[in-house]
Parts: sequence; structure tokens; C-alpha cells
Amino acid sequence: MHQIQASTMKWRYLQQSLFFALIRGAALIITLALGGIILYIIIHGISAISWDFITKPPTHSMTQGGIMPAILGTIYLTVGAISIGLPLGVASAIYLTEYARQGRVIRLIRVGINCLAGVPSVVFGLFGLAFFVIIFKFGSSILAGSLTLGFLILPTIIGASEEALKSVPKTFREASLALGVSKWQTIFRIVLPNALPGILTGSILGIGRAAGETAPIMFTAAAFFTSKLPGSVFDEVMALPYHIYVLATAGTNIEETRPIQYGTVLVLVALVLGINMIAIIIRAYMRRNKRW
Amino acid sequence: MNRKTKEIFIKYIFFLFALVAIIVLAMIVFSLFREGMPIFKQVSVKDFLFGMEWYPTFDPPYFGIFPLIVGSFIVTIFATLIAVPLGVLAAIYISEIAPRSIKEVLKSVIELLAGLPSVVLGFFGMVVIAPVLQNVFDLPTGLNIVNASMILALMAIPTISSISEDALYAVPQEFKEASYALGATKFETIAKVIFPAALSGVTTAVMLGMARAIGETMVVLMVAGGAAAIPESIFDSVRPMPASIAAEMGETPYRSLHYHALFATGMVLFFLTLTFNLIADYVSNKFKQTGSATL
Repeated sequence: MHQIQASTMKWRYLQQSLFFALIRGAALIITLALGGIILYIIIHGISAISWDFITKPPTHSMTQGGIMPAILGTIYLTVGAISIGLPLGVASAIYLTEYARQGRVIRLIRVGINCLAGVPSVVFGLFGLAFFVIIFKFGSSILAGSLTLGFLILPTIIGASEEALKSVPKTFREASLALGVSKWQTIFRIVLPNALPGILTGSILGIGRAAGETAPIMFTAAAFFTSKLPGSVFDEVMALPYHIYVLATAGTNIEETRPIQYGTVLVLVALVLGINMIAIIIRAYMRRNKRW
Repeated sequence: MNRKTKEIFIKYIFFLFALVAIIVLAMIVFSLFREGMPIFKQVSVKDFLFGMEWYPTFDPPYFGIFPLIVGSFIVTIFATLIAVPLGVLAAIYISEIAPRSIKEVLKSVIELLAGLPSVVLGFFGMVVIAPVLQNVFDLPTGLNIVNASMILALMAIPTISSISEDALYAVPQEFKEASYALGATKFETIAKVIFPAALSGVTTAVMLGMARAIGETMVVLMVAGGAAAIPESIFDSVRPMPASIAAEMGETPYRSLHYHALFATGMVLFFLTLTFNLIADYVSNKFKQTGSATL
């Protein structure tokens, strides 16, 4: 009797060890995949990076020279996207956390936000093309691309802002209201300032997303090549993600321009992951130094 | 304006902002229909969805997107088969087993993976994975279903893992304690108590991961190979819907039949992902974990 139990126990723990090994294996595979990709890009891209690469425009039909116009274009598009997505997203989150009561309308809005988050990026591109480029007659431009990207990052910003607003303790609001302060003053003076770091983290993640997207700007903003820098928001721009796609698939000398491709990929990865890292660090810092 | 009317006024202004997601969704549907519907004056819905030939630039052109739909589903299914075990196991590791320090590292890894631009992953698949596949399996091209599925899986893992982790984390502590008290091992507790309790959340995670994979554009554009035909082996090239739209939209004349056909393909893609999202939403609400009482 005792012996049978001992062997079952043994089997049960063996089972457990095997399962844990499997789980650790899965975690390891994911980590190695990310590490491998990043390491590979750094190793192959680092030799292309120089001051000239970052500050000079491409030359010789994009087989030589730098990527400055693409970096600048990505910055324009990202700034445009966040200045559209942030105010809309934060205002939307304020209603959902501060005013809304459970009900059908709120349920519908939440489903809408989830569905918007799931819209494929290429469909955003079609939407931007039909709506901003054609109906609003903005043409392929910074404005059309920024609007498209701004709506694309809206669910990210709403989600992060809601989290941040919810994390402000109820007692803060109650204390303010008890002093006779009106509701919207409470929101603006008490709730928003306390939620600001969280909202910032969310918008930084939105920036990272906007900077890396390709499909939404393909038909709405991105130029294959422009020799001049944009003069207004109605001009096309080059952008880093689209530049990578063009060089890797449509260039005249795909093999010959590999170093430039790796270099551009490295710049984009450094930019996007750098932005994400900042968000992660700010958040970790905030969690540690929470005052309430 | 007295204080009360002002408060109400402000409330309604914020309400309008809250509607923005719905409004954008409506704008998307409107633009897809406006530019997509004209194709159905020329091609019947049945011929469009189930036609086997996609030759949009031939004379006469053929607009049958069935091979594109098949392409989308195949890469999505294979990507899901790879991503679900990895993503769910990683979630179990993070929420149940990992020591605190490793947990933080792994969470950051998954977040950074989610942050990698799709064009970068597509590029990696093109220049690194494709040549390896080509040499190892002696293929005419390494841009195929296997390659696209592997890269898509990497993109779906963060979605699956982070949402599953939330679901596992939400399982009440008493459940675990009760299980341990009965003498169950940690593995038995995870497999027979925690995981079943979190199943609806994990299902939601899988649905959202699939939605992510089927809508992903740059990866399938760069590594799926682009052949608009029903594949016969996993080493064949395919042309999923997003790839077709992204590759052809730039070259097609404004308001040509081809242009309308691409928007109509966008409609199909949109409603597919919408379905996945609505199922995910339904599952997560219907089987919501509201504490120990419901289980």
C-alpha cells in the first residue's frame, strides 16, 4: 500500500517537472526569438550607421547616402498622430471612467473601442485613402497620414488613460467634492494631474505604435522618394517603415543596398523600442514611488 | 449659465468624445462600402467570394478572391497553432511559476516583442528565415506559408500571452489554496483548477491573437510569396488578402474596377476581423469571472 503511494507520488512529481520544463522551454523560445532578432539586426546594421547616414538624404537613386528625410517624415507623422489621438483618447476615457454609468450605450462604446483596436492596419490605410485623401481632398500628405495613424492609436490611448484614471483613489474625488468643488473642476484639478504619468505612458506606447506602422501610411502619406523636405502638412513624406519596405522589395539593387536596409531597420528598431523602453521604465518607476 | 447646467453641458461634451471610437468605426465602414460596393455591379458577390481566379490586370480581368481568403486562413491557422502553446505556456509561467525577477524580464520581453514594427519582422523573415528554409528543404523559394506562419506567430504571441496572463491572474486565490489543501501538486492545480477557471479568458486571448494574425499586412506582404493560388503544400507561396491590397493598391488607377475590388477585399477582411473580435467580446462577457460565486 505504502509502496504504491510512493510510486504514484513519484510519478506525479515527475509529471510536474516535465510540465515545468515545457513551460520554461516556451518562455526561453520567446526570449531567444526576440533576443536573436534584435541581436542580428544590431550586428548587421551597426556598420551602416554613421553621422552622415542619419543626417544626409539618399543619393544615387537610394543606393547610397543617408535616410534623414525618412527619419524626419516618421517624426512628423508620429507627432501629428499623437496630437490627434491623445486629446480624443483622453477625453473619451474621462467620460468612460468619470461620468458613465453601466448601461447599453456604454456597453456599445466599449465594444466599439475593442473592434476599432482589431481593425487591420491595411484597412486603416484604405479608410485613410478613401476618407482623407479622396473625400477631404488632402491628397497623399502628412495630414492624411497623421489622421489615419491618430485614429489607429486611439484604442491604445483610451485603454491606457482609463487605467490611469481608474488608479486615482476614489477618496481623492470624494475629498474634493466634499469641499464643494464642482465635478469638472475635480476632474481637471485633482483626477487628471494624478493620472497624468499613466496617461503619458500610454501615449508613449501609442507613439511607438504609430512610428512603426507601414500599411496605414502606404496610400495616405508615404512617398517612395522625395528630394525636398516637406514644406507643409499637405506634402508627402518619406517614412522609415515604408523606406525599409521599398528598399527590401522594390529597389533596383536589392542585394547591393542590404547594408542600407539593415541600417534603416536598426534605426527604426532603436527608435521604436527606445520609445517602448522609456514607457516601461516610467511605469516601473511610478509603481515603486506611488504616493497612495 | 448656472453651475448645474454647466456641469450637464460639460458631461455631454465628454459624451460626444466618448463616441469617437464608434464614429471612426462608422467612417471606416462607410468608406469601405462607398469604394467597395461598385465592384458588385460587375461581378456577383458569389463570383467575387468564391471565384478561383484573381487576375485583376488581365483583359478581361478576373476578380475571384477565394485563393486570397484561403491564403489568409492558412497562414492564420498555422500561426495560431504555433503561437497558442507558446503564448499560453508563457502566460502560465509568468503568472504561476516564475520568480519575481524573471517574471518582470519576461513581461518586458513580451512587451518589446509586441512593439517590434511588423515591417522589421517581415524584413527578418525575408533576409534570414527565407534563405534558411530554401537551403534546408531545397525549395524554389523560402517565401512561403511556413515562413509567414512563423513570423505571424511571433506577432500573435504577445496578444495571446498578455490576455491569458490577465485571465490566469484573476483566478481567485482560494481556488489554489483549496486545491493544495487537498494534496494536489502545483502542476495538478494549474492543469485541473487554474487553467479551467481561466479558460474563457484564454479563449478570448486566442481569438484576439487570430484577429491580429489575419489582419497583419507587412509580414504576409513580404514573406508569404504572393502566389494567388490554392496552395498544395505548406512550402507553397500564398497571397493573403492584406498582402494583395497593399501590393496592388499603389498601382491601380483611381476608381477602376481593380480599385473597387481591392476595397471590397478590404470589406471582407474587415468583417472577418470584426467577427473574431465580437466572438472574443461575447466569450469574455458571457463567461465572465465575477469571483468565486459563479464557479
